[in-house]
Amino acid sequence: MKILVAMSGGVDSSAAALILREQGHEVVGVTMRLWGGESDTGCCSVSDVDDARRVAQQVGVDHLVFNFSDDFNEHVVEPYVASHVNGTTPNPCIECNRHLKFDRLIERGRTLGFDAVATGHHARIEMFNGQPRLARGEDAQKDQSYVVHMLAGADLNYVLFPVGNMEKSQVREEATRAGLRTASKPDSQDVCFIGSTIGRAGFLEPRLTFNSADVVDASGTKVGEVPAVELVTLGQRRGLGLGGGDKRYVVAVDVPLRRVTVGDEAQLFVNETPVGKLVWPHEGDEEFVLSQDVLVQGSAHGERSSARLTKTADGYSLVWARPTRRIAPGQTVVFYDSTDMFVLGGGIVTA
Amino acid sequence: MEPFGDVMYANPSGSHKFAREARRAIDEARDVVASAIGCRPGEVVFTSGGTEGANSAVLGAVRRSGGRAVCTATEHHAVLHCVEHVDGVVVPVTPQGPVDPDVLRELLANTSNVSVVSVMAVNNETGAINNLELVSHAVRGRAEGAILHTDAVQAACWIDLRTVWPHVDVLTLSAHKFGGPKGMGVMVVREGVHLEPLILGGGQERDRRSGTHNVAGIVGTATALRITDETREHEVTRIRSLRDRLLSELTHNIDCAVATLPDGEGSAGTAHVCLEGLESESLLYLLDSAGVCVSAASACASGAMEPSHVLAAMGVPKARINGSLRFSFGHTTTDDDISSAIAATVAAAQRLTAVKS
Repeated sequence: MKILVAMSGGVDSSAAALILREQGHEVVGVTMRLWGGESDTGCCSVSDVDDARRVAQQVGVDHLVFNFSDDFNEHVVEPYVASHVNGTTPNPCIECNRHLKFDRLIERGRTLGFDAVATGHHARIEMFNGQPRLARGEDAQKDQSYVVHMLAGADLNYVLFPVGNMEKSQVREEATRAGLRTASKPDSQDVCFIGSTIGRAGFLEPRLTFNSADVVDASGTKVGEVPAVELVTLGQRRGLGLGGGDKRYVVAVDVPLRRVTVGDEAQLFVNETPVGKLVWPHEGDEEFVLSQDVLVQGSAHGERSSARLTKTADGYSLVWARPTRRIAPGQTVVFYDSTDMFVLGGGIVTA
Repeated sequence: MEPFGDVMYANPSGSHKFAREARRAIDEARDVVASAIGCRPGEVVFTSGGTEGANSAVLGAVRRSGGRAVCTATEHHAVLHCVEHVDGVVVPVTPQGPVDPDVLRELLANTSNVSVVSVMAVNNETGAINNLELVSHAVRGRAEGAILHTDAVQAACWIDLRTVWPHVDVLTLSAHKFGGPKGMGVMVVREGVHLEPLILGGGQERDRRSGTHNVAGIVGTATALRITDETREHEVTRIRSLRDRLLSELTHNIDCAVATLPDGEGSAGTAHVCLEGLESESLLYLLDSAGVCVSAASACASGAMEPSHVLAAMGVPKARINGSLRFSFGHTTTDDDISSAIAATVAAAQRLTAVKS
């Protein structure tokens, strides 16, 4: 097959290119230039492109760079900034996968005549009831099915995850065996376009206006103050200017009213979570999920909780089997089958 | 140039027999270069390339006498980034590519203490040609004492440099653009014009550029420039007809193809078209796969294509800029090459247009 491999300059995608090449495929490596500004983390720096190019040379495949920085800005960075103004908690990595790694790169791959697009994600695509379905990666610690859950339909037949059935340690062993310079490169952790020295506040400061806000308790009494309501997240405990005393958590953030409400931990538990922007891998999945309890994961490496998706007057809601800690609006929920293996769909928390 | 990289490895600044032989090779090379440019041998400075020349001209002038640097908006980054670095002034260009000498004149009249004006002879992306005689009148009339530099990197193959040199004070070349070695260049500095040197050290090149001479590179540069000069007239005629054929067939056979420069204008060595609505990156990949090596705009440090600042300065709409293609011609380019390039480009455009619809 003729395969376009997205190479970030990390060890997983390096190994992906290596494995496909050794399987005898015609491979072309591509590094997507996503973030046009300055950053010292993640996958867009010149040194990461250098690593990807050198690995491609070592593996013996051509290497291209696609400049998707305009799309990245439009679909990832701008919504990320806007969500802080709206008081929601975004997941830029998921939006990047949705719009860049998959939409844009798959479109490119098809346009240029590739038979498949591959990435270094730890996830698998397996046949299940006659359909290709996304499944958790072999390495439970590194599983990334949550962040690629939006793959659907024909794309599931087009995308390959060559390291999805490997433990991370095996991936590093393969890279070491081939003498790839990325073999012991640390995993990326943070939001790639935010430099570790400036942090989230430093990144957002020139892009939006921070507003101070009162911190109030359930009765509306002011108990503290924060300098930037835009930076407060549901469930947050620190940095609220509350001094000592009982543990109190942010239980509500109202950006327009510039008010942060705190309460005890119990107030963070809910029976129901409204969700929207649902994505379904295959036709019929919505009906299937509506018909029975599913396991729901609400963060990249979070716990799974049992819930039933139900239709409400104005959308959908997850009704939890037992009270569950609230997931901040803007965060992604992914539905897995009862064996906690296959992705059945996903969506975004709306309130 | 071979013996100077191998047998004759002596430092030309030495005082023994081998050094003298190396020195003689450089002196002869300097004569050859001077003759091709129409300048005096003493005005020729050998550099590491076009970028060093441009940096030396712009930064050297500002460091020597203070004042402002001025350049056109379509200069190569080797000039543009220097001018921006010293907080200089950038002159807009016309939609056809060249700077309007009257606009330059007006800007210079309103800018005090200009120490250097940099206007490229031929644009590296579009092939647009600036009339340096008119530019020189504008500069002389409005910015007394300002040094006029021209980046002639893209001109060497296509324009007789003897027709350019009389109008400017500093002219810079890059050897690999005329078949010489990479990492070599020439900076011609008119007698009496003083630039602060960028590189200090042993005082080579009359204190204008220190550093042990790259003897093999200098000999190769001179030889390439001599051959370029001798064959230029014939090559320009031959290549221009290839260029015109390519442009005419591309614009006739591809609906979305628009030639960037007006018909027949620009240097013979460049054909620039925009395939409106298509993506350069995809076109380049498909053309590369078909064995046709073309480019779009310049690449950033990561290797990613950056949207062209040249086309933006000319006011070309974004949907066209994103689909830009630059075909470069050289002495090895044949009629068959052009036929292949046309066929491959038409096929790539058809494919990408079909996917879109």
